[in-house]
Amino acid sequence: MISLSSCLILSSVLFTIGVLGFLLRRNIIVIFMSIELMLNAANLAFVSFSRFLNSMDGQIFVFFVMSVAAAEAAVGLAIIIAVYRTKDTVNADEVNLMKW
Amino acid sequence: MVETALFIVLAVVTVVTAILVIVQRNPVSSAIFLIMTLFSLAGIYLLLNAQFIAVMQVLVYAGAIMVLFLFVIMLLNLEKEKKIITRHRLQKVLGVFLGIILLAQIGWVFNSVLLEGSKGTFPPEKVAGLGNTQVIARLLFTDYLLPFEITSVLLLVAIIGAIVLAKRQI
Repeated sequence: MISLSSCLILSSVLFTIGVLGFLLRRNIIVIFMSIELMLNAANLAFVSFSRFLNSMDGQIFVFFVMSVAAAEAAVGLAIIIAVYRTKDTVNADEVNLMKW
Repeated sequence: MVETALFIVLAVVTVVTAILVIVQRNPVSSAIFLIMTLFSLAGIYLLLNAQFIAVMQVLVYAGAIMVLFLFVIMLLNLEKEKKIITRHRLQKVLGVFLGIILLAQIGWVFNSVLLEGSKGTFPPEKVAGLGNTQVIARLLFTDYLLPFEITSVLLLVAIIGAIVLAKRQI
């Protein structure tokens, strides 16, 4: 039998990997993939709670998270294309127009 | 027994490919490893009796979203990066430090909070009798009808936003 805590450990490890990728990598596309990793870690926690607490609400939530992720990927990648068009780079360190 | 072994194998594959996603130099191989991560997560969802979510994971994530990622990577025609991680030293140190602290915090919360809530009304036998997809569909079109409709508006906004942002001239 799979236990709830093993699922949650896997979920937290995945989330931390996503956070590390987000903080350390400089390629905007890889940063974006790290966000997807974090979303998937949250989804895993939802599904495991839904399984072990006999409730379907967690799976419904995962459905909504997935649709938000799809919308976010479409808009985010469009922003990346726009940034590449103006700055000719996808390095997050060099995109500093709105910094002061 | 078989379930536990499968879970361990899938969990190891998930973690290893997730680490490979963030250490690859080439974004295309990052994307390929992310697809493998998503597939093994779909396997874990199957083990957790979430068949509908597993299929959606493969269709929406590994299918639609990752194809979009690969399209954009190929469209941008990126050269290989010389340094993949940030050049600011403070950010490197703080990043690793915060990552470890975050992992410790999540582990501490999962350990300390009582994980046994009140049980819901859908035990696995009942869901298996009705069918996972049917139960989700019934909930989506009754209790969660308003969020479901709002999702369609959100997707419309995303379509319009993506077109407006990616277009050269409107």
